Amino acid sequence: MGKEGKWEIITGNHAAAIAAKLSRVKVVPAYPITPQTTIVEYIASFIDSGQMDAEYIRVESEHSAMAAAIGASAAGVRTFTATASQGLLLMSEVLHWAAGSRLPIGMAVVNRAVGPPWNIHVDHQDTMSQRDTGWIQIYVSSNQEVLDTILMMYKVAENPDVLLPFMVCLDGFVLSHTYMPVNIPPQEEVDVFLPPYNPTHWKLDPTSPITFGNLALPDEYQEMRWSMDLAMRRALDIIEDVTEEFFERFGRYHGGAVWKYKLQESDYAVVTMGTMASEAEVAVDELREEGIDVGLLKIRSFRPFPHRDISETLIDKRGVIVIDRSIAFSSGGPIGTEIRSSLYNLADRPPVVNYVTGLGGRDITHQDIIAMVKDAIGRITSRRIRRPYYWFKLKPEFERIEISEEVRL
Amino acid sequence: MTITIHDLRKLPGSYMPGSAACPGCGATLAFRLVSRALGPNTVYIVPACCFSVIQAPYPKSAISAPLYNIAFAAAAATASGVHRAYKAVNKDVNVVVWAGDGGTVDIGIQALSGAAERKEDLIYVCYDNEAYMNTGIQRSGATPLKAWTKTTPTGKREMPKDMPMILAAHRVPYVATASVGYPFDLVNKFEKAKNIRGFKYIHILSPCPPGWDFPVEKTAEVGKLAVDTYFWPLYEIEGGKLKITVKPRKRPLKEFIRLQGRFRTITDEEIDELEKIVMEKWQFLEHLEKSERVF
Amino acid sequence: MGLDDHAIIIPVSKPSKGSAGRTGLWRVERPVILEDRCIKCWLCWLYCPEDVITEGANGFPEVDYTFCKGCGVCADVCPKDAIEMVEEKL
Ligand SMILES: Cc1ncc(C[n+]2csc(CCOP(=O)(O)OP(=O)(O)O)c2C)c(N)n1
Ligand code: SF4
Ligand code: SF4
Ligand code: SF4
Ligand SMILES: [Mg+2]
Repeated sequence: MGKEGKWEIITGNHAAAIAAKLSRVKVVPAYPITPQTTIVEYIASFIDSGQMDAEYIRVESEHSAMAAAIGASAAGVRTFTATASQGLLLMSEVLHWAAGSRLPIGMAVVNRAVGPPWNIHVDHQDTMSQRDTGWIQIYVSSNQEVLDTILMMYKVAENPDVLLPFMVCLDGFVLSHTYMPVNIPPQEEVDVFLPPYNPTHWKLDPTSPITFGNLALPDEYQEMRWSMDLAMRRALDIIEDVTEEFFERFGRYHGGAVWKYKLQESDYAVVTMGTMASEAEVAVDELREEGIDVGLLKIRSFRPFPHRDISETLIDKRGVIVIDRSIAFSSGGPIGTEIRSSLYNLADRPPVVNYVTGLGGRDITHQDIIAMVKDAIGRITSRRIRRPYYWFKLKPEFERIEISEEVRL
Repeated sequence: MTITIHDLRKLPGSYMPGSAACPGCGATLAFRLVSRALGPNTVYIVPACCFSVIQAPYPKSAISAPLYNIAFAAAAATASGVHRAYKAVNKDVNVVVWAGDGGTVDIGIQALSGAAERKEDLIYVCYDNEAYMNTGIQRSGATPLKAWTKTTPTGKREMPKDMPMILAAHRVPYVATASVGYPFDLVNKFEKAKNIRGFKYIHILSPCPPGWDFPVEKTAEVGKLAVDTYFWPLYEIEGGKLKITVKPRKRPLKEFIRLQGRFRTITDEEIDELEKIVMEKWQFLEHLEKSERVF
Repeated sequence: MGLDDHAIIIPVSKPSKGSAGRTGLWRVERPVILEDRCIKCWLCWLYCPEDVITEGANGFPEVDYTFCKGCGVCADVCPKDAIEMVEEKL
């Protein structure tokens, strides 16, 4: 382990901005949106005060923010931006373009509900709707994890076997605006861990007359998408390697693609992401005190999705409780759907109970998680899992409608 | 320095014969000439447009300069990112957007206006074929009044946006109009633009034989007549000062209009009306030329 | 080449002459330079959208028929009528 870092009590957004500075990004296109805004404000102040040597582009929209990030990364420099909610949705077209161009751009996404109605609080609908853009998506649950993950993910994304952009997703307000102690590693240590970006796959260079992205016919296109998928799958091992290396250098480990808590030999597993995982950790401890044998599997990497690790970890469980903070209308929670697909082809697979909850910032405490786990165990033991997913924490009058829907089935 | 035909012949271009362009394509002619004026230290950013197709399919390309294709609305923002990245590593490169009129006056106008307002050091080129040609001739905000397109089957009812003036209102250091019918005026504007720091906007009228429905051999002539009938005045606005760069040869508008099938349904009276509008604009330009600053 | 040399496929194209192929049989006319009339003003070269006119060994314009699209712009701009558009014979 190298030199000690410095402790500071800071918000998740401040941690993200410091991570961009420590990563020595060269270009930052920026556009404000709550609850992301303070990230780009911190970066503006770092640059203006000379603490950070980067070009700051005050673009006129998020579509342009991502388009400019693409241009900068294509020209061969490390690039960072940040957004949330509507901003991420506006970027959608160019998110695909960034990934298809194999540009390892880094972005902090502060998760926020999408409108209408306007709502600035956390849920995962924004990033879930962009899950198939070819971006790596890592969900975190502490401010330290925000900072560390951005440093780690540049290293993963720039790996010659990966070359895909990444978003680090942090829950709006719960992390973005909440002060927590964060250890800030020394720049020299980060410089050794994360060397300068030096693309060799391609770049836009006046001395190299190539054309990027002209028409590809059906005979050529499919393999390009296959190549992105392969890189995404290979990123899983690289994430594990990089988190190990990070642990050796900085002494912190937040998990690789997943993080497991008291999962070994537990009967039941709770699966969730983001700050709900922190609540779930407390819930696991309390349930265990009550004699209910449950562990937690926190998904950090939703893309790439760690199917193998998940199926190997969950196969011996009596039941799996998946808690989603977004809704794929009429289909369920996106994590629930993925977990089922990890397990489906295995013999003796455990039943999966999926809850959709916490939308638009509805608070989900460890008590709520305990309630979901108990409800799920009841359904599992009495074989009453009638539906692919259940809504949780609806107001009572709407809960009644849900129950009557269940009876109608 | 003024570029002559002899200079131009000696300069290396970035267009390789045998592309997917239609015969007589004005946009291709424009690119050929512009790439010679700009020289090899240039990268091009191209949004969706005919030029995405002209390059020909992967893994070959008709363009021998570095070129990045980007989404339709994004060209000026992407070019800003490219330019800033070069700036961050102290590289001095001509970063050029090569966009159609749709990608400029319609879907790309926001990113373009943003880049102009930020004074990004770019050359933004609109090659204007006055409609969405890539998708098969639909109207754009640059399609002239009365012109037929597939989405204006009885002729367009609105005037086109005056994009060069919109850019001039951003007070950028250089704005110019050009036409492939006046190639020396065109290349000399690029020669000038590449030596100016800040945002440069050049709008090139680029006749399109299938889209405007004129005989393929008339591309140069249509480009010339557009200027000589006052339909497409050639001027530049440098540091806010407007200068008319080519004096039209005073041809009746009818000669330009009647050469093209897209104006087939236009009556002589309507041409007179159009001519009135065109001459008003011309007089306005003459008036502007006399003022100290346009914006 | 190892298995992995194929893993990252990036849509990067290389500049090539004839990227969209040679001009096909669709060309109905070809330009023929009448050297006795030509004054070497090079306007044909200037306006050729396809960039297929070069200076031949004898100093007169020469057309690369492999890629000439037969548009006739060159003939239209020639001030001396020194380019004749001749019908292609199959
Ligand atoms: C977001 C988006 N909308 C629509 C299209 C379809 N599209 C491609 S090119 C084009 C028209 C381009 O027109 P213009 O910019 O004038 O260039 P031209 O094709 O005329 O050269 C359209 C509508 C697209 N590629 N992307
Ligand atoms: S449609 Fe018009 S602009 Fe497009 S390639 Fe053909 S001639 Fe050129
Ligand atoms: S335009 Fe005519 S006269 Fe001039 S060089 Fe060409 S062929 Fe000769
Ligand atoms: S016919 Fe067209 S393509 Fe062929 S040489 Fe003349 S101008 Fe060029
Ligand atoms: Mg157009």
